[in-house]
Amino acid sequence: MNPTTATATAHPPTSTGLDMWKLGFWVFLGSETLFFGSLIGTYMVYKGESIVGPEATEILNIPLTSISTFVLLMSSLAVVIALDMLQRGSRKGALFWILAIIVLGMGFLGFQAYEFTHFYHEGLTLQTNLFGSSFFILTGFHGAHVTVGVMWLFLLWVDCLRGRLGPHNAIRLEIAGLYWHFVDIVWIAIFTLIYLIT
Amino acid sequence: MSTETHGHAVTTHEGGHATIKTYVMIGVILTIVTAAEVAIFYIEALAPILVPALLVMSAGKFLLVVYFYMHLKYDSPVFSRVFFGPMLLAIVFVAASLVILFKYLPQIDSY
Repeated sequence: MNPTTATATAHPPTSTGLDMWKLGFWVFLGSETLFFGSLIGTYMVYKGESIVGPEATEILNIPLTSISTFVLLMSSLAVVIALDMLQRGSRKGALFWILAIIVLGMGFLGFQAYEFTHFYHEGLTLQTNLFGSSFFILTGFHGAHVTVGVMWLFLLWVDCLRGRLGPHNAIRLEIAGLYWHFVDIVWIAIFTLIYLIT
Repeated sequence: MSTETHGHAVTTHEGGHATIKTYVMIGVILTIVTAAEVAIFYIEALAPILVPALLVMSAGKFLLVVYFYMHLKYDSPVFSRVFFGPMLLAIVFVAASLVILFKYLPQIDSY
């Protein structure tokens, strides 16, 4: 099925000609940029201001985070392939690729859990210093977004398995995909600004 | 694509996506750029240009994901406006915070 047809049949036409679910979701993502912008801004303002360690340069593990960044980037690739499969009517393909996103997302969360645990054992907590507070708040909120995305995609995977998600309502996966890509681009910014520009 | 609404043809601008081949190519580019970011982080000789180089590469990755994976290249420009508008505001907010705090309030409290 043509992707455009799948989108068009999911909702009635609107006076703007735009899918209202999609427009509403883009507005939500716009508000999310302000949310993460404020968290990133807070981190940058407090950067280097801690008077007790550990500081970012002493504790951040670049090789490990590079791998988790790669995992998240590949999950974004899996999203677009899953959507393409679903719009073409390939249920098996969509099931496989949605599952791949879930596994990759959980892999990313595993890396983050390891990193947080390691930092805790190194003496860095939310209360230790300005770096700890701003770092855990920023990356913790990002991790929470990834967790929501994993749960959302799991529900879609179950719907796809039961035949309730197909080309006729592929917009549901497209919107979940927009959320997932947004989480990915936020991580692109975090990886550069927090991990690499130390 | 076109749809009929209240007797008028309305162009939605929505639809057309890239092919899987394009998506995979973008995935490869994203991987290479990420590897390059990490590589230049470890090269001492590139330290003077590290920050601008990382910012440019990061912005490139960001735009690739937004335009191709999030389909803004193919979708209505309205979606771009409602996304990039607040994002611009967020960038201005961060920049203004940094300027105010470091230029006008150099003695911020630390602990």
